[in-house]
Order: sequence, then structure tokens, then C-alpha cells
Amino acid sequence: MANLSSVLEVTSATHPGMVRSHNEDSIAADTEIGLAVLADGMGGYNAGEVASGIAVAMVSTEMKKALAAKKPDELNGKAAETLIAEHSAKANAAIYQAAQSQPRYSGMGTTLVVALWHDNQISVGHIGDSRLYRLRGGALEQITRDHSLLQEQIDSGMITKEQARYSQNKNLVTRAVGIDPEVDAEVHTYTVQPGDIYLLCSDGLSDMVTDEDIQLTLSSLQSNLPLAAQQLVQQANDNGGRDNISVILVRVVRDFPVRTGLLERLTAWIR
Amino acid sequence: MAKLILSLEGSVIREVPLDKERITIGRKPQNDIPIENLAVSGEHACIVTILNDSFLEDLGSTNGTLVNGNPIKKHILQNNDVIEIGKYKLKYVGEGPAAHAAADDFEKTMLLQRSPVSAKAAAAPKAQGEPQAMPAPAAAAAPAAGSGPATPQPRRPAGEAQLLAAIQILNGPSAGKELELTKNLTTLGKPGVQVAVITRRPQGYFITHVEGATLPVINGKTLDAQAHALNDHDVIELAGVKMEFFIKK
Repeated sequence: MANLSSVLEVTSATHPGMVRSHNEDSIAADTEIGLAVLADGMGGYNAGEVASGIAVAMVSTEMKKALAAKKPDELNGKAAETLIAEHSAKANAAIYQAAQSQPRYSGMGTTLVVALWHDNQISVGHIGDSRLYRLRGGALEQITRDHSLLQEQIDSGMITKEQARYSQNKNLVTRAVGIDPEVDAEVHTYTVQPGDIYLLCSDGLSDMVTDEDIQLTLSSLQSNLPLAAQQLVQQANDNGGRDNISVILVRVVRDFPVRTGLLERLTAWIR
Repeated sequence: MAKLILSLEGSVIREVPLDKERITIGRKPQNDIPIENLAVSGEHACIVTILNDSFLEDLGSTNGTLVNGNPIKKHILQNNDVIEIGKYKLKYVGEGPAAHAAADDFEKTMLLQRSPVSAKAAAAPKAQGEPQAMPAPAAAAAPAAGSGPATPQPRRPAGEAQLLAAIQILNGPSAGKELELTKNLTTLGKPGVQVAVITRRPQGYFITHVEGATLPVINGKTLDAQAHALNDHDVIELAGVKMEFFIKK
């Protein structure tokens, strides 16, 4: 297993916001294996926290075990995508069973976004409306596409992205972890460039802070990621902080190819 | 449930609940809201309601549809919007007080269920029965969002109402140069050497150290790593450059 702790710089922040009494978001990041996981739970009492907690704990610990058993060159885009899909499905089954067996957890669920960096690539899986963004060369791009009613309305041309800001239907997800016996994560793989900054966030950020302000914050404060994370949370709170806010920021410091061929290993050794 | 209040020259004619997915407005009698007036087109406009959102669309009418005085083609209705069709006015009232109380609950992320056979009700708030720590959902937010249910849209409190400040450079080749702080974040200094950021917040302006071994100096005092509130006529020293912060209005 490749160790990416010298390749990725990770910082995170999570805050209950200005309105909610408790934080139902859960986050985890492990630079060694190059993994970041964020979940935004939903459900009465503390069931939302339970659901997001199960999802993040299961995905991060189980994926760490699975990755430890793999050689770096076994982990290509396809294998990474399978790994994310499998472990999202396992988390779904665990939450679903807990919700079925205990009445106080009935109906609990969570969104999930999982990012895994490997061999100059990132594989990302998501379920629901928690997002992955990428800042590259000063431009911010939303990589994941929400599984939400609003996104479907945008896709069908019913409303524009601009109009979507004023919608009251912001919080209806069309896919979630733990609600049904089975769920499919949407998983894709992208090429990574040194200098990229990735942002995983819950809708507590993306609903309260415009993409323009996220872009401005990340590009002006990229030399100080902890401050950038703190500023993002602060802006969401300054704008009302109506939901829990969680962010994970990951900077790719340099490239990280997996060397496979004999020649490549030799040149790596000579250098 | 949302409703429209139809009025002419200040006197209310009728109230129309938005209880159908599509409600049409026009001169022809088959419209859901018929308006007998020559300035109104046969099929003038329609309102499509999906859960909490109502979309007003002009159906290519001759004289157009106004919302709060502005002509629109398509518009997501916000509480207290006034639609004008000819001389008639239709006021949009988003939700009754009962629904308003649950608005905060509803705002939580929840799953929109597709299958009607599912035991869980369609789009049922999963947070039912959760004690709300904040008794007034809108109290913590929306200083000027009007009387209606606060919309969870990205607000920009840094709007016209907020004060505007600027910095003026006091020494060096750019002395006298002024920079208005109109953005939420403005970085100052030399990347790689020393950078600080001035953030514009509802409470005012703040300066925070971003990078470099030296910390910014304000009025001769070196800052720590925390954000520091800026006051009118503060003098900032950064990477050898002195500048004055001042409130413009």
C-alpha cells in the first residue's frame, strides 16, 4: 500500500451552525491511505448522528483494512471504484439493519461522499447532496452532482441554476444511505494534478455560501488551508448557518504515480 | 398551503389556494383564475406548484406579467410577492402560520421517496418529534428577510446596508493608492513572503494572518494568529508596506 501522507495536505472543520442544537455531520480523513469521508445524517433525536457516524466509521476503517491487503499496483481506477461502491453498500446495510431493529433509529439515513486518491487519480463516490469540489488553476468546479430534487429540476430545464438558489426545495435528496435495503453509490475517477485543492462539504456549506465565494476563499487562502476551512464555516454562519457545516480540504502537494514496470522502478531507484 | 389573494385597486376579490399542480390565469372562463378584462390575455400565465416551490410563468401574454413591478417570463414565487396582470394584483402568501412553525423541521435534509408502496411516507420529515432547541426558527438568521418564512438561500448580508471600507497605502512607490474592500475576502501582501486577509463580515471588517514568518502589525502592535477587528483609521504594516484602514460610508 502506498503511503500518501507526504503527498496530501488535509484539514477539516465541522460546526453545528447557528440554528441546530447538535451536529449530525460526520467526517474522517486519513492521509496515509489517501481517503476522505463525509456524511450528513438525517433522522429524529440523535439518529442522524448515529447514521452518519456509522457510515463514516465503517467506510474509513473497512477501506483501510481492504487497502492494506492490496499492493499499490493492484489499485487502479476500476478497483478503487469497486472498493468505494462495496463499502458504501456495506454501510447502507448496517444503517438499514440498525434502523429496522431499533424503533428510535427508524427512518434514519445519511448522505455520503467518499474520495480516494491513488496513482495520480481520485476516485469519488457519493450518495445524496454532499459534494466534492475541485479548485484547479483558480477555477472551482463541482465534481459530484447532487442526488436531489433540485438537481433533477435543473437537469430537466425546469429551473436554472440561478433560480435554484431561491428554491424552498433544497433539502430533498433522491438517494440516501440506510433508507432502503440497497443503494448504489455514484462513483467516478478523475486525473489529479499537483496543486489541486479538493473540498468535500455538506449542504450546510453549499446552501449558505455561493460557489463564487467558495472559489474566492479557496483561491485567496490556499496557502493556509486551516484558515480557508475556518473561513468557509464562518461565512456559512455569517449567512445564517441554518444547517450543520462540514468541510474537508485536501491539497495535492506533488504527483504520486504508482511505479509498476521494471524500467520505471529502476529509474526511480537511480533518481 | 400557499395561496394567492386577488385584488383590484386595493379591494380583495377572492383568495385562491394553490391546491393543484398547475393553476392557470387568463381571460377565458376555463382558466382556474378567470379575469374578465381586455388587458388580460386568454391564457395569460400559470403557476406550477411542486412541494414548497411555486413557479409563475407568463404564457406569452400580450401585455406581460409583472412581479413586484418587474416583468418576468418565469419566476419562483417568494412570500409576499405581488403579481400584476393588467390592473389586477395577486399577492402570493407562501405558507400559513401552522406550516411556518414546521418550516425549520422541513428544512432538514430528508429523503424524497419515490415508491408509493414504501412504508415511509413520501418526503416525510425524518426529524419529526425532534425537540427544537431554537424556539423561533427564523430568529437566528435573516436580519432583513422580511416577515415571511426565512428562505435558506445564500444571503449576502454584506449588501448595501453594510458599511464600506477601504485601505490607502501610506508609503513606498504605490503611496496614495486606494483599494476599496468590496469583496468578502481581500488578500494583502506578497505571496511567499507575507500575506494577510481582510474579511468583510456582518459585524465589520477583520484582519487575519495567512502566511509568512512575520505577523501583521496594527497601530504598532504585532497581531497573533487570530482574527482582529479593524477600526476606522487603523494603520496596518505588512511586508514593509504601511496602509491605513478607513470607513468610507
